[in-house]
This record gives sequence, structure tokens and C-alpha cells, in this order.
Amino acid sequence: MSVNTTTAEEVRPPSPPGPIRWLKKNLFSNWYNSLLTVISGVIVFFALKAVILWVFFEANWDPVTHSLKLFAVGQYPPDQLWRVGTIVCMVSFLFGVSWKVWGGTVRTFALAIALVLGVAGLLPVSMGLGLRLWFLSNPLLTAIGYQVGRTPVGKSKWVALGWVVSFFLTIILLTGIEGLPWLPPVKSGLWGGLLLTFLLAMVGIAASFPIGVALALGRQSSLPVVKAFCVLFIELVRGVPLVTVLFMASIILPLFLPEDVRIDRVLRAMMGMTLFAAAYMAENVRGGLQAIPKGQVEAAKAVGLNGFQTMALIVLPQALRLVIPAIVGQFIALFMDTTLAVIVGLMELLAVGRAVLESNVEWKLLNMEVYIFIAAIFWIFNYSMSYASRRLEAALGVGKR
Amino acid sequence: MSRKIFALLSLFVVLSILLTACAQQAECPECTPCPECPEEAAAPAAEEGQSRLEIVKERGKVVCGSRTDLLGFGYLDENGRNVGFDIDLCRAVAAAIFNDPEAVEFVPLTAAERGPALQTNEVDILSRNCTWTSSRDAQWGNFTVIMFYDGQGMMVRKDSGATKLEDLDGATVCVTTGTTTELNLADNFRSRGLDFTPVTFEDTASVYNAYEEGRCDAATSDKSQLAAVRAGFANPDDHVILDVTMSKEPLTPAVPQGDDQWFDIVKTVMYVLINAEELGVTSQNVDEMMNSDSPEIRRMLGVEGDFGQSDLGLSKDFAANVIRAVGNYGEIYDRYMGPNGDAFTLDRGINKLWKDGGLIYAPPLR
Repeated sequence: MSVNTTTAEEVRPPSPPGPIRWLKKNLFSNWYNSLLTVISGVIVFFALKAVILWVFFEANWDPVTHSLKLFAVGQYPPDQLWRVGTIVCMVSFLFGVSWKVWGGTVRTFALAIALVLGVAGLLPVSMGLGLRLWFLSNPLLTAIGYQVGRTPVGKSKWVALGWVVSFFLTIILLTGIEGLPWLPPVKSGLWGGLLLTFLLAMVGIAASFPIGVALALGRQSSLPVVKAFCVLFIELVRGVPLVTVLFMASIILPLFLPEDVRIDRVLRAMMGMTLFAAAYMAENVRGGLQAIPKGQVEAAKAVGLNGFQTMALIVLPQALRLVIPAIVGQFIALFMDTTLAVIVGLMELLAVGRAVLESNVEWKLLNMEVYIFIAAIFWIFNYSMSYASRRLEAALGVGKR
Repeated sequence: MSRKIFALLSLFVVLSILLTACAQQAECPECTPCPECPEEAAAPAAEEGQSRLEIVKERGKVVCGSRTDLLGFGYLDENGRNVGFDIDLCRAVAAAIFNDPEAVEFVPLTAAERGPALQTNEVDILSRNCTWTSSRDAQWGNFTVIMFYDGQGMMVRKDSGATKLEDLDGATVCVTTGTTTELNLADNFRSRGLDFTPVTFEDTASVYNAYEEGRCDAATSDKSQLAAVRAGFANPDDHVILDVTMSKEPLTPAVPQGDDQWFDIVKTVMYVLINAEELGVTSQNVDEMMNSDSPEIRRMLGVEGDFGQSDLGLSKDFAANVIRAVGNYGEIYDRYMGPNGDAFTLDRGINKLWKDGGLIYAPPLR
């Protein structure tokens, strides 16, 4: 990739002239453009002034600053918070390793996370020494991870394995193990806030992807039963709003189950969201599959690949690459859809927001501040995802071949 | 580069398939539990003929259907602990059975979920600011003892001069959409031949923000909520809550149908709370009261005599444990809504004891 830099510099257009020339050319080229510039300038000035005044002087951010723990982890037991801290440390470390091994976008994310946590640890606000040290340990772990990445361990497969293991470790750490005194079980009803939003989204994304691919393949299958099942499932789920699916999973399903079978409430929501996302994923993947020319399959058969190999090595990689934008769009939608879990009584970010509004008589009317804070959190994560997807597309050369 | 990413993607796929397998396993009860999956909150298998009290004791916790988003009744404190009037009723039941007010698992329920949660036995008690109505009683479960008499009220600006509903002819009224509150509002105005324009919002904070900004002449909700909202305004004294009650809202904890012993236990715990206030037994003086001369107090605290503790399957001194843990009815009320309450201040009004002219009354413990 570095080979391209020289050519890129050669074809770059001449650098733009000074700022005054630019202003004159773009904003004040004639009398009505000048007028428009002045008018919009005034509007922008007053709008910005109002926003800044509100954000820094009028708005009362107490509900947010006093409830950061609730927003972060909900009702997770305070004496077990070290588990969530450990998970974040683990992620920081893995980002460090991945930065060295994979570089590119990962570097941006690793640096961003280390920077945010590091700065949070240096903020001149009152916080416990433990919390401060924890914040500061994260950039350190990223740096250590980077160094580990230089050793022979820094191979792509090991890093990937590390991420997979960390996923399971996360779930084991959060859930706890019956009978282990230092790791008592924590009911999923106590998970909340950003932690739960993340879990719902991550499990939804991780589980809906393979189911979606399987459904897409099933829909193209020549076996009538498989095909009928897949078509029925996809069309049924796609014809129903997610709210309905969640209501079904959380209210109707228990009425049909036998008395002694109880499915965890969080798991119920996860199942509903996963099945819903899988149906849409299937249609996205089908679009990719249908875009692969028949010649690819024929060529694969000609070199002696069997059906499975053809699919796994030739068709799917190309098809999935084609639909990356659609899939990431789907992931972003899924991440935002986690807020719908509020209507089935889970304490995700939005539900925490509501609870915070009702936790103090003086905060009851501060819904603007609380909801803007939640919107900002969602924006940060969704923008990161779409940024990562753009970089991934560029790296895979989507739209160039 | 692209090979690496493909390798990563395929790993991702494998991992996801594993996970999905877990999720699917969890759907069927026979499968062995999968260690990677969140532990199922399966209630212990109800053996034939096992009573709810036995199930609760085996589980070690009372499962309480509650809410986290109603100041005063069920809300979270800064540490995320469940607190509130309704919450303490559940803690009282836990204290009666386990002598531990923390032996409760709170399940936050939305309005739509409360009925099914009772019908499917998902919760042992529903204490979620729930109004007792005849159809809910018939369909959902058994309602125990009315613990709070609420009613729909109307808040107006003081300078409007309105004192009764008739003064609000032609007014715009802010109300949450799709609730019985909205229906009661329409009923009350129609039966009086009054005209009004509803301004509806999905979320309660918006209702009161709109009212405070002057977008409507009045706001309507349960009186307890209006009192809380009024306390949060910049100038509470500029607003008055009219002395009209537009609906009856008896807030009552409920239990699932089909277990009379459990129904009686929850009722008796509520009776204990009310009788304790009547007899002047508080969480502070409960141990001194053990030596009281009053036979009623001695019987309640389990010092002498009996009021059916053994038939209920509870210890002889369970009432003392309840009072020590959460206090009597008045203490619970004052903790959240008394003059220095944690949530807001609301005059007890009809929620005074019967002997003080209110409606709170319980059968004797004997």
C-alpha cells in the first residue's frame, strides 16, 4: 500500500491559493452570493450562540454527571464492578496488539480509546484513586499490547484468537460462575446501561451474521423444504416490526411455555433481535450472492472444487465483500434498535435515562439534557462503526474492481 | 491485507455459529446448560404440589415485579439501588420470610408486561404502582391490600384563578397519550358538559415541560405524580393542584392466582405494616416494645399468643423482623413522601390511618 504514496502525491491538484482568494471566490463572488453569505452567517452565529449558551450555561447536566455509573453499567453490583473494569482493560490490551499487527483503522481506534480513557483519568474532578488508576492503566495496557505485538506472538491468527477468547471471557466474567466465591453469579436483570446496550448489539451482530448467511444460502438452495422454510422465515420476520417481535418474545412466548420453563429476560430480547436482524441480513447477503457471475461457480467446478468449497472459497468471500456497506448499515441499525428493549423492561441506555429522570425531584423535567447525552453516545459509536466500514471497504477495494 | 480480514471474518463466523448454538440450546429445557451463555434465570422446577412459599424459600429470594421509573414509588438511587414505597412493600415480604430485606430480586416491568408477568408466575409479587380494577383482578391475579389511595388530579397555574373543573371550560390540557388518564379526562369533562383541547405526549417529562412553558392551561395525572412534578418546578407556589379527584386509583400489590397461602402471607405482611403504625411500633422502638404491656403489641411481635404465623408458614416473630427492616406503614410513607422524604413531600390525605380520618385500615392481628 505504501507503494502508492508517490503516485498519489503526483496527481494531487495544486494547493489552493490563500484564504482571502478562497473566500472571495466561494463566498463573495457577486452581490447576491455576498448577501446570502452574510445572512447565513448571521443565522449560524445566533444558532451557535444559542446552542453554546444552552450547553455550557443554561443546561443542568446534574442528572448526567451524578449518574455516570448508572449510564455505564446500570444496576451491576458496585462490589463486582472490577469485572467490567477487567473487560475494558482486556479490550485496551487487545487493541494495542492489534494496532501493531493490523495497523490502519485499528490504530485509529486504539489511539482514540487510549486517549479518551487516559484523559478521563487525568480530569481534575473528584474520583476514587482506584478509578483514576484504572483509567490510566488502560493507555498503559494499550502500549504494552503494542510491544507484545512486536514479539513472535504478534501474528494475525493469534490476535484473532485473542479477540474470540476475550468475547467468551467477557460473558463468563459478567455472568459469574456458581460456586466460585470470588466470581458470584450476577443476574442478567442487573446488567444495564451502556454495558447492556453493547451486549445486546454485540450478541445480535455476532449471532445474526451466520444465521443470515445460512438463510441466504438456504433461500437459494435446490432442496424444496429448506428453501420453503427459509423463504417463509425471512418473509414472515421482515413483514413484522421489531417492536412486535420483542413483544412476542417477552410477553406472548412465556404464556405458551410450560410452567417451569423460564427463559432469561435478556436472552429473550437477544433472541428476538437476533432473529429479526438475521432475516434482513439474509436479504442483504442474497443480494451479494446474486451479483456473483455464474462463471465464477463454473470456473470453481472446473478446477475441481466441490459444492462446499465453491461456496466457502469462491462465492461467499466475493459476495460478502460486495455487501459490506449494507451489512454495516444493518449493524448500525441493530445497535440503535437496542433502545427498543426499553419497552420490554430491560435497563438499557434509554431505560437508564428514564430512571435517572425519575430519581430526583429536581431532575424530572431535564429530559432534554438526558436524551441529548444518550443521543451523543449513540452518535459516537455509530459514527465509529461507519468510519470503520468505510476504511474496510477501501482496504478491500470495494467498488474499484 | 484482505486475506487477514477474510481470516478474521471466518473466525467471526465460527464464533457466531457457536454462540447461536448456545442461544438455541437455551430455548429447549432438556439441553445441558452451555457455559458460555448467560445463566438462565429459570425458576426452580415447580414440583407437583409445591407451594409458592416453598419455591421462594428454595430460591432464597422473593421475585418482585417493580418499576424503576416512578419517583417516590419505584425508582433508583444514585448507586442504582431499587428504592421507593412499592419497593419497600416487597422488602417487607422478604424480611418476613428470610429476615433479610435484601433477599429480593427486582424485575422491572413495563405497563404492558405486568399482567402477563403475574399470569405466567414470573413474579411472586407485583408491586408496581398498579391500580386494582375488577377486570385485572379477574384476569391477572389476586390483589392483596390497598396500600395507597391515589386519584387523578389536575394542576393549574395559580394566577389562572381556577378552583374546580368547571373553571376549565375550553382549556387546553396536557396529558400522556394512550393511558387511562387520557380517557378519564375525557369522561370527566364530557359528563360535566365541558369543552377542552387535549395536548398529548408520549413521555411524562414532555407533558410537564409543555405545561411549564405555558403550552397548556392545565396538566393532569395521578395526584401523587402532580405533587412530585410541582415540587420540581422552579416556583412550586405558582401552581396549585385542584381539589378534585377525577378517578379512583387504589394502588395495590398483587400476587399470582392459585396459591391461597401465599396470598395470605402477602396480605398479612401488609396488615402488620398498618397495625404497627396503629400500635405505635416503629423500627426504632421495636425491641423495647417487646416488653410492652399491651397484649396486642406483644402478640404482634411474637412475644406471646399467636395470630396465625404457623399456619402461614412464617416464624413466630416475623412481624418484628418486618418492622425492624422497613418500619411501619407511616415510616415507609414518610421515608419517601413525608415532610423530609427522599423523593418529594405529599400530604398523607386519605392515606392516613382510619383513626386519623383516612382510609388505611387493616383487620386485627389475632
